Amino acid sequence: MFVAFFLSPLAVLVGLSLHAEAAMQTWTIGNYTKFLADRFNLSILWDTLLLGVKATLVCLVFGYPIAWVSARADRPRWQSILLFIVILPIMTSVVVRTFAWIVILGRQGILNQIALGLNLTDEPVRLLFTEVGVVLVLAQVQMPLMVLPILTVMSRIDPNLLDASRALGAGEWRTLWRVTIPLSLPGVIAGCILTYAACVTAFVTQTLIGGARLIYMPLHIYSQAIGANNWPFAAALSVIFMLAVLAIVYALSLLATLSRTHVHA
Amino acid sequence: MSTPDAPRLRRHRIDWEAASLELLFKALTALAVLFLLAPSVIVILTSFTSSASLKFPPPGLSLRWYVALFDADQMQRAAWNSLQVAFWTTLISVTLGTAASLAIARSSSPWIRAADVLFMSPLVLPALAFGFASLIFVYRLGFRPNLPFLVLAHVVVCVPFVLRTTLAALTQLDPALLDASTSLGASPWMTFRRVTLPLIGRGVAAGGFLAFMASFDNVPVSLFLADERTEVLPIHLWQQIETNLDVRTAAASGLIVLFTLVLMIAAERFAGLTRQLR
Repeated sequence: MFVAFFLSPLAVLVGLSLHAEAAMQTWTIGNYTKFLADRFNLSILWDTLLLGVKATLVCLVFGYPIAWVSARADRPRWQSILLFIVILPIMTSVVVRTFAWIVILGRQGILNQIALGLNLTDEPVRLLFTEVGVVLVLAQVQMPLMVLPILTVMSRIDPNLLDASRALGAGEWRTLWRVTIPLSLPGVIAGCILTYAACVTAFVTQTLIGGARLIYMPLHIYSQAIGANNWPFAAALSVIFMLAVLAIVYALSLLATLSRTHVHA
Repeated sequence: MSTPDAPRLRRHRIDWEAASLELLFKALTALAVLFLLAPSVIVILTSFTSSASLKFPPPGLSLRWYVALFDADQMQRAAWNSLQVAFWTTLISVTLGTAASLAIARSSSPWIRAADVLFMSPLVLPALAFGFASLIFVYRLGFRPNLPFLVLAHVVVCVPFVLRTTLAALTQLDPALLDASTSLGASPWMTFRRVTLPLIGRGVAAGGFLAFMASFDNVPVSLFLADERTEVLPIHLWQQIETNLDVRTAAASGLIVLFTLVLMIAAERFAGLTRQLR
């Protein structure tokens, strides 16, 4: 049943992308050559893939310390509370979260009022409908996907190894750099895979925070399918986008396998 | 006199290092916690505003926008649709997901391993592309999008959550317990009901909770498969936010945040949610 409702739609999608019209009469690769010939399409794909990298990096910078702190929490209660806070955003409806950010980032939003109140700027800064805004909101929304895998791996690290490192005279920074980070690398990569995939495909956040001016692949697919009613081209866009995301995910998981063998070696 | 001093000096240096690392990481965590909590807190505060704009901080407090929700027929219908879809999606996902995890955990054949990867793939594939694909598929079959198809498509994106938590629970299940049950004369069904299910119950429940929230919150799939009659809440709110930012949206959002919080606390109590996700 799963095969019928997951694989067959995808097969039909690939089929449609190879046809000239929605009725699927003539075969053509025209949709793909059209995509590759137009710099506009290519730049959207590039922007989308890059957006994912930026948001994933922000998640990593905040997510790794969260995992580190909660793995070392003295009491399990603190760990639970911290995790609860981390999961809360991903459980709250994506539309609601994005709406909250509009209130925060808008021209009359809180950030601008604080900045104006402190005389940091003379006029409201544009945050909504900018890439910085999109990256920040994506990072907030997808943080749990980064924290949870890292925490899982980190809490399995044998504490004796850390003690050994300290006993041998290594400082905390050195222990972190030479022991904790290499050992938690598989978790970091798993977190990056999930965060990245979620960020590039986060349609609601991208459209509501990015607005109509910043176009990323999901919006492009949607507007081609529903707005322009060009189903075959939208299908080709979907296939290209899926392949691009899968290629990156695959490359990262190869890296994960490598890092695992490296740790065991 | 220099010998006794040396270890003390070194310990001092290590302490400073430990403190700086701890301080940096705790500061980053504190910042992240603020960053993670702010939106939910602000939505709730804004929803109690007495003014007709989304200005923050609100000039006064009132419940008028919550009262206004009673007249928002369209929003209520969308909320009801969402609950229905999420209910059926959860029911089907839990049944299918548990059955599939039992099959995957019992077998070691490469085909089943491949099925495992396949079931997980909706987690990384762009959901929007899948939503569009299912729309085309439904039309190719000669149907128009309707509620059952919407539920089925939701099941595809929600099953991975159930599968993940249930599989994790199954790997901790001691096979000796199952052998003991069988050797004591219990039928396979009885073993499942009296031994397996109670032991993996919390994993299944956590997965069911995640599936419910994922379905209730889904936009990319519903966008293509829902029409005016089956409009779901997130899509309705999304369109409200895109067209006119009205404060009723804030009230509805406030309700959703509170609803989520209550469900999460319940899930934490009964299924140990944060432990299941580790």
